[in-house]
Amino acid sequence: MSLIPRPASFASAANPSPTETAASPEASPLSGSHPVAANAGGANTSGGASTPLKIETRRMNFFYGSHQALFDINLRIPERAVTALIGPSGCGKSTYLRALNRMNDIIEGTRHTGDVLLDSHDIYAPNIDVVALRKRVGMVFQKSTPFPKSIFENVAYGMRIAGIRNRTFIQETVERCLQQSALWNEVKDRLKDSAMALSGGQQQRLCIARALATNPEVLLMDEPASALDPASTARIEDLIIELKQNYTIVIVTHNMQQAARISEFTAFFCQGRLVEVGLTKQLFFKPREKETEDYITGRFG
Amino acid sequence: MSETPTPRRPLSPLPEKPPIPTTSPTTFVGGGLVEESFDLALARRHRNGRIFEWVCWLATWGSVLILGVLIAAMAWQAFGWLTPKFLVSMPKRNPAEAGILPGIVGTFWLILLTAILSVPLGVGAAIYLEEYAKPTLLTRFIQLNIANLAGVPSIVYGILGFTAFVRMFGLARSEYLISFGIGTFQLTLPFGRTVISGALTLALLSLPVVIIASQEALRSVPPSLRHASLALGATKWQTIRYQIIPSALPGMMTGVILAMSRAIGETAPLVAIGAATYITFTPGRIGSLSEVVTRPDKLAQVPFDSFTTIPMQIYGWINEAKPDFQHVAAAAILVLLAILLISNGLAIYIRQHFQKKIRW
Amino acid sequence: MTADDRQSPNDPPLASSHGSAASDLVYRFTWQRLRENFIQFTLFMCALLSVLTTLAIIFVLVSEAVFGIPPERAFFQEISLSQFFLETRWAPQYSPAFFGIWPLVCGTFLIAAIAGLIGLPTGLLSAIYLSEYASPRVRSIAKPTLELLAGVPTVVYGYFGLRIVTPYFIRPMLRPADVFGIDWLWNIPVDGFNALSGGIVVGLMIIPTVCSLSEDVLRAVPRTLREAGYALGSTKFDVCVRVVVPSALSGIIAAFLLAISRAVGETMAVTIAAGQKPTLTLNPLSQIETMTAYVVNVMSGDTPVGTIEYKSLYAVALVLFLTTLVMNLISQMVLARYREVYQ
Repeated sequence: MSLIPRPASFASAANPSPTETAASPEASPLSGSHPVAANAGGANTSGGASTPLKIETRRMNFFYGSHQALFDINLRIPERAVTALIGPSGCGKSTYLRALNRMNDIIEGTRHTGDVLLDSHDIYAPNIDVVALRKRVGMVFQKSTPFPKSIFENVAYGMRIAGIRNRTFIQETVERCLQQSALWNEVKDRLKDSAMALSGGQQQRLCIARALATNPEVLLMDEPASALDPASTARIEDLIIELKQNYTIVIVTHNMQQAARISEFTAFFCQGRLVEVGLTKQLFFKPREKETEDYITGRFG
Repeated sequence: MSETPTPRRPLSPLPEKPPIPTTSPTTFVGGGLVEESFDLALARRHRNGRIFEWVCWLATWGSVLILGVLIAAMAWQAFGWLTPKFLVSMPKRNPAEAGILPGIVGTFWLILLTAILSVPLGVGAAIYLEEYAKPTLLTRFIQLNIANLAGVPSIVYGILGFTAFVRMFGLARSEYLISFGIGTFQLTLPFGRTVISGALTLALLSLPVVIIASQEALRSVPPSLRHASLALGATKWQTIRYQIIPSALPGMMTGVILAMSRAIGETAPLVAIGAATYITFTPGRIGSLSEVVTRPDKLAQVPFDSFTTIPMQIYGWINEAKPDFQHVAAAAILVLLAILLISNGLAIYIRQHFQKKIRW
Repeated sequence: MTADDRQSPNDPPLASSHGSAASDLVYRFTWQRLRENFIQFTLFMCALLSVLTTLAIIFVLVSEAVFGIPPERAFFQEISLSQFFLETRWAPQYSPAFFGIWPLVCGTFLIAAIAGLIGLPTGLLSAIYLSEYASPRVRSIAKPTLELLAGVPTVVYGYFGLRIVTPYFIRPMLRPADVFGIDWLWNIPVDGFNALSGGIVVGLMIIPTVCSLSEDVLRAVPRTLREAGYALGSTKFDVCVRVVVPSALSGIIAAFLLAISRAVGETMAVTIAAGQKPTLTLNPLSQIETMTAYVVNVMSGDTPVGTIEYKSLYAVALVLFLTTLVMNLISQMVLARYREVYQ
């Protein structure tokens, strides 16, 4: 059992955003080419800014029993940016997302080939502790999943299982995470109430706060706003834009406007294949592939 | 696939990134305390997890083992006492000669009558509740009532049976003699401590179990089947009779068999209605299998005759003073367990078999 | 409709089918409809029978225990409630007789407590094993086997408690002198009939009940909650103990209540193994009598109908019935609410 070494020090609020990083002399590890664009054969790097790499999948195939769900996925996900995964239903984007923190391990009969690297360490290596991995790669689901406990206990969950007993620390962290997820003002007077009593949008923000409290480096979001009303969706989107200063965010979304609004990079999946990936602006306004164009113009999917 | 796959290269760590300065006063998440604690606790948590899984494993297989211990203990106690003669003998004062024939025959008649009484009523009630009843207050009350009846202690049913069937609330005794060509049939009111009293009591006792099991079976029939049948112009009853009951039959049979095997083992209500523990004849005094056909008068007398069952005989022997009767009791227990094992096994077989076969 | 068609064979087919269809749609008397209604009514009667059973039980118990049908006098018309609930002796055969329910309640409580201590944790842990850890194949073997444990008749458990558990498990542990010839260790007296053996076998008996009910409620916890737990860096243990079990807590409590109610109502095993001597004690090694055992005791004896001793069994049965009824009702309501939460 070993842990993937963490980056020496983790982000701070003052940390430069990805676009600023691009200007810094600290070059991309991948020989100057854009980390995301590089996947797509490096054909078009125009407008690409280079950022440090957080997650990389190389030639990944994924199977549910005998059914192959993902085919040869090569994707690089930059640090402290929002990467959106779009594509029609059943295209494998959720499967891909769940492979990034080995959530698929829970489902029996799944297997994969190829490499999934977090900070350039293979997360499927035999010596990886999947519990430690998931602590570092948090996840927010489509359906809000508050535990039937109090609001406070929901956020404190990650610290409790980590064995933290320092009550002041827990209280401070809960408050800060609720503030980060823009929920604090709504719930600060009823932290002891059941989390099930919150509205759908509040529950989803609570789930984000709960994920933040374990201090992850990557946040995977599986259509986090698809079950919410427009107002709640807007709040979640604002929140995601806030969070990308500190976290690497990978988000699956059905909503292309949403992807355009919040993400720097977008990857388009179709039928288990990664069709195109690049800067969001570029992919939406000048898609290289016909399939992508058809999808984003609403001709299918 | 549109992209050119990146050539596979050996995994090598990326060049060390320069540390990102943590200048902000609101450095997020307190100085790595979570990490530190998490790393320290991880090994302990994995160990606890393994211990917990082991304890859960032990609880499950320990319980299964107890079943084995129980059967083994009975076999040990009964060793040498369970002979073919034991199965076909009447009970005797001498433990070595005692047998459980009246118990076996009595159990057979009792359960047969119980099933005849409770299965149609139980299945009927289940069909009403699942197919006809609208979600009114009355329906909910009936449903809650059934669930509660299933939890009423069996001895309370025994008291009900004793008062309502054995004594008939203190009804004065009256006898009716009906002459057959070959014999007479005697009906006595109140029923007294007879097979019919026992069967009525056990029928009431197993009714909630039969209803609940049948309801579950009916609920597993997909609504599409109902809709399809109704759309073809079948009436409600035709739909139930020709589509739903056949589909739910395996589940119902499993439930009925399980309910009846529970009734086979019931002792407390029979003690309460005063079934005999020591009796040297079989109900109706039927002496051989052929008499079931040749002597309808005796057959008609069966429900209105005294009886004992295997559990009642076991209870009687347990209370005997002579130590050897304990071995006789153990031998009877083995017979009872064998019967139950067969019927339970049959029920489980039907369930597993049809579960595999029918896939909606 | 076929009859209509036959009567007007020369009509244009369209008009014919139209006309007959329209007349068919009108609600009118048919034998078939009468049959349908009759069947529905019969089935309704079957369902109503269960309500009648409950009413009959209540009528029988109340008429002998609380309000006698004149000229009969019921138990509580002869024995005051204060004696029933304040007296600490239960001795119906003495003269004067004592009818204080507490020794019987105490015996019942003792059995239920021991059975709960053994059966509830074991049942819950095995439910967790079956729902969270076991592979489908293991579950398909273990579940039916546990059901067999539930199918063993109570009289068999009674024999097991009296003839196996007491002499071969309890005695050797508490009186090593008798078995191993070691006389310098403790030597705790154990009655031949004792509450411990009765409680143990009742505990074994309720394991399958607890297990199967708890497994149902654990499996009803949505998979998304488990996944959310894992995504926060939980081990399987964390997910079981901190997510699944707390989420299913109300359902588990309902299962526990139902199992305890079964232990309270359990009759033959405790009659055989725990004895028939009403004792106000919490010592699990002494002989006791539960409410159910008292009922069996009176009914299997030759107590004449109409005596106060005979009527006392209805009073005891009424207490027993109400106790289990309340526990079952609470359990049903908790379960109903639990199902609502996750559906």
